[in-house]
Parts: sequence; C-alpha cells; structure tokens
Amino acid sequence: MADDIPTLRRILRSARTLAVVGLSAEWHRPSFFAAKYMQEHGYRIIPVNPRYPEILGERCHASLETIEEPVDIVDVFRKTEDVLPIARQAIAIGAKCLWQQIGVKNLEAARLAADAGLDVVMDRCVKIEHARLFGGLHWAGVNTGVVSARRGH
Amino acid sequence: MADRSFRPETLAIHAGQIPDATTGARALPIYQTTSFVFDSADHAASLFNLQTFGNVYSRLSNPTVAVLEERVAALEGGRAALASASGMAAEAMALLTLLEQGDHVVAAGALYGGSVSMLAVNLAKLGIETTFVDGASIDAFAAAMRPRTRAVFAESLGNPSLQVLDIAAVAEVAHAHGVPLVVDNTVPSPFLCNPIRFGADIVVHSATKYLGGHGTTLAGVMVESGRFPWDNGKFPGMTEPSKGYHGVKFFETFGDFGFTMRARMETLRVYGAALAPTSAWQVLQGIETLPLRMERHCTNALAVARFLAAHPRVGWVNYPGLPEHPDHALVARQMRAVGGTPGASGLLAFGVQGGLAAGVRFIEAAQLMSHLANIGDTRTLVIHPASTTHRQLDPAQQDAAGVAQDMVRISVGLEHIDDILWDIDQALAASAA
Repeated sequence: MADDIPTLRRILRSARTLAVVGLSAEWHRPSFFAAKYMQEHGYRIIPVNPRYPEILGERCHASLETIEEPVDIVDVFRKTEDVLPIARQAIAIGAKCLWQQIGVKNLEAARLAADAGLDVVMDRCVKIEHARLFGGLHWAGVNTGVVSARRGH
Repeated sequence: MADRSFRPETLAIHAGQIPDATTGARALPIYQTTSFVFDSADHAASLFNLQTFGNVYSRLSNPTVAVLEERVAALEGGRAALASASGMAAEAMALLTLLEQGDHVVAAGALYGGSVSMLAVNLAKLGIETTFVDGASIDAFAAAMRPRTRAVFAESLGNPSLQVLDIAAVAEVAHAHGVPLVVDNTVPSPFLCNPIRFGADIVVHSATKYLGGHGTTLAGVMVESGRFPWDNGKFPGMTEPSKGYHGVKFFETFGDFGFTMRARMETLRVYGAALAPTSAWQVLQGIETLPLRMERHCTNALAVARFLAAHPRVGWVNYPGLPEHPDHALVARQMRAVGGTPGASGLLAFGVQGGLAAGVRFIEAAQLMSHLANIGDTRTLVIHPASTTHRQLDPAQQDAAGVAQDMVRISVGLEHIDDILWDIDQALAASAA
C-alpha cells in the first residue's frame, strides 16, 4: 500500500493518464472537482461512466476495457463493494496504479492489484494528495506533513 | 516506509514553510497584497468554484497567513487550521460555523471573560443559548446536554481559575451526544498540550499569547482534528449544499478538512476577521522559539509557586504544576513534562495576606512585573482581578468566576528567576499595611 510521501510523489509524478471510474458530469460532485483539478494540472482524464457521452471535453467510456490507450492510474469513485471487478479490469488493461478514493476501501481489490504488480493507493483523494505534495493544499491551511529544506516546486 | 513523524521542536520551525519556489528565500516572505491575479477566466472560475486551490483575495487566504495556519495545525496534531485577527475571532469563526439559531451550547463556567460574553450575550442575540456548568464535573456536562446541543466548549487550562479540563472525559460526553468538543488551548500552547490527542474536535488559540510570545501582535487560530463525523445527521450545514457558497457540500467535497474550508468560505469570508500577513509573520517569528520559551515559562512559574507557598505573606497558591494542586494528576496525564515534572505553563494565582487592599498594594509596589491585562508575554505580568478585570462583579459573582478578593494573577515571564522572585518578595513586603 502506497502510504508515504516519496511513493505518492513518484506515482503522481510518473503518471500522465487517469481513467476516472464513476466520474460525474455534475460540477459540484467530488469526482468532477478532482478530475477537473487533475486536468488543469496537466493530466489526461479519461472518464469512465456509462451514463454520459462526454465529460470535461473527453469521450466517456462505458468501462475500462474499451479504452484504447495506455492508462497510468485507475482512479475509483465507486462504492467499496463495486471495486473488485474494476481492479480486475485495471490489471487486464495494464494500468500502473489502482487508486481508491476517500471512503473507498476494498482490501481484496487492493491485494489483487498489488499482487499483479500495480501500485495501490486506498482511501485517499488524487486531488488532495496532488495538492498536498505539490503545494496547493497548503493554501487551505491543511497540515500537509511536508517538512523540507528544499525549494518548492 | 512510513513518513518521518517530526517532533514539535522541529515543526515549530519548519511546518508549513519550505524555501520559496520562485526566489529560494529561506525565511518566510511577507505577501503584503490584497489580491492575486487569475491566469484566465476559466482559472478564475475554477478558483471561485474551489475546483483549483489557490489564492484569490487575502480576506480568504494569503500565502504568509497559510504558513501560520499549517504550522499551528501541525503543532496541534490537527488536520487543518484557519487563522483570524484575534483569539476571539478564532473562537467566533469556530462557533459561528458550527451553530445556528435554536442551537444550544454547553460550556465550562469559569471561562475567560471574553468567551463568557460571546456565549452569554452575543450568541444569545442570535438565538443560540448556552448553559454554563462546573468544568470539573463531568456529570454536569452530561446533565446539561439537550436535543439541540451542537457544541461543548471549555478551556484546557482555565484562565484565571487554573482549572484543568479532563479532556478525554468531556469529549466522551460530547461524542455520546454526537457533538464536537471545542477546546480553548491558549494557556498551555500546543507545545504543552494537544487536546486533539485526548478527543477534542476543534481547538482555538489566542496566538497573541504564548504562540507569538512577544506581546506585540494580535492573532487567533482555529484547528480542526479531521476526525469528527459531520455526517451524523446533526450538521446539515456540513453535508447539504451550502447556501453560503455555490451549493458546495463541504464534508463530501473536502472530507477531513471540510469544517475548516467551510469556516473559511462561509464565515471568515463573510465576517471579514482576516489576519494581516505582517501579523502572521510576527507570530511565526515567535512560534519558532515556542518550545524553548514554554520550558522556561514552566520552570520559572514552578519556582515562583514554590517561593510563594513558603512565603509568610501569602495565604494560598494556585498552580497546577504543584504536586498538591487538586488537578495535578490531570496535568501529568495531559501535559508535556518539563524538567522531569508536568509542565503547567506560566500562569499562577495566589492570595495576599490582607485581602483586597493588600492585593492592590502588592500590584502598586511591583517594579519589574508589568501591571496589565495580557498573559503569555516574555515579560512577567501581574494583575489583581478583583480591582480591575472583574471589578464590575459583586463578591458573589466574583466568587462564581473564581476570583477571590485577595487574588493576584501572575503570568510568569522569561526574566531571570532571581530577579522575578526579588520583585515578588519586595512587593509582598510592601503589601503589609
């Protein structure tokens, strides 16, 4: 389980493409907040949600399996009990990381992905972690846990 | 590998500030600006929608103030913090975010006078009622809870009562009713006590006192633990679309720092009690030496308490750092040890033989101790509450507030202990009629 600053930094630095499973098109939903933020910070967002044709200017996929390009992070905004098949698909399409959002905590899915060699993050938000480790969350008075004598990014 | 858990002495210097990305400045720059440019219309929209984190206007957030916020959050072991113009403002930001008309508060009785006024007068004007209870009685807290109670409020170390709150026991009462415990932790400072460790949900500070330490600058900070379950049905303002901010659902969107975000965007933004960047910078200069100063405040205060306890002109001494103090075991449990004994901070009270008149003579004879109403300064400060801060109360009311006629309060400073004791001794001699 990736739970430390250097590992989370490596995952977020090396990733370029996020498939966001359960992304909502409603602007005030957390998944939309997170995906829009990541898009604005240079990540390619691939929405995965059968309910919409397009979100954030990107074509929506009904499932991970129809995505035809490499996916770095599979970012899961679904109920804990729905994650296992998503983990299997993430492994099948060669994703590098299975990321379960805040409140999503499927241990079996995490184990499966970790055994297949994926990085595994659980119960964390991609946006919050990106902002925590690369400066933005500090703006909100949050205790980022970052202590360093090195210049900020 | 787990991240390093840095110690308070390190956090007091580093938390919240890494060298400036643009200039490499090692010390904290003062961002003395009201406003921040948008990159584009879309960027502006994202900032206003809180989809992108960033500064818009210094009434909401400012890069220098953010360092103070993160530093105090780190020192308290909290999730996030919000700074404001004074300690009273910090308390107001916390309570005005938590409470609405018809809500009820249970508060410890012997609070700082400003807090009593806010609860008993100002919040009452908004239709929020407070029941004051004996802070030493856990049963009294429990008995005062009502269906519309939405907060429990108390001080970790009372001023000037020096009563020590059993934080874990009161937190248990609050949590059994599904409401947060709000603790004013000004007197111990986050170096000596972290109420969140014992179950407090929100901590407020007058940073004007020990955090700044220099007696030059007003500031306040509110810290959120990140642990309170805001979706328990009692706090629709945390879970329903915000009327005050674009329909954002604060708890769902920001999770364990949702309360701080809501306090910032709904309360601080509207009431405008923002902290000036220069003030945040000045308080941060103080915080860098907080651990060193608190150790000296504790050892000096303990020496003063022992000196007073042995002095023939002194009737009684109230200092929780003395082993005979009734709350000493609580101090030992909740507060950091300094020099092998529980650190009870720098405040103490004592009775001068001869009552009110002798108390006044003691104050007027002081040469090194400053006669003023603040606490937590580098200088030793002294006040006789019955003739000053609590003068408007009759003896019965003074008694209820824990203010005896002969009571003198000292905020023991950082001068050499021999010089402090010299001044106390000569003022005690002068207090004899």
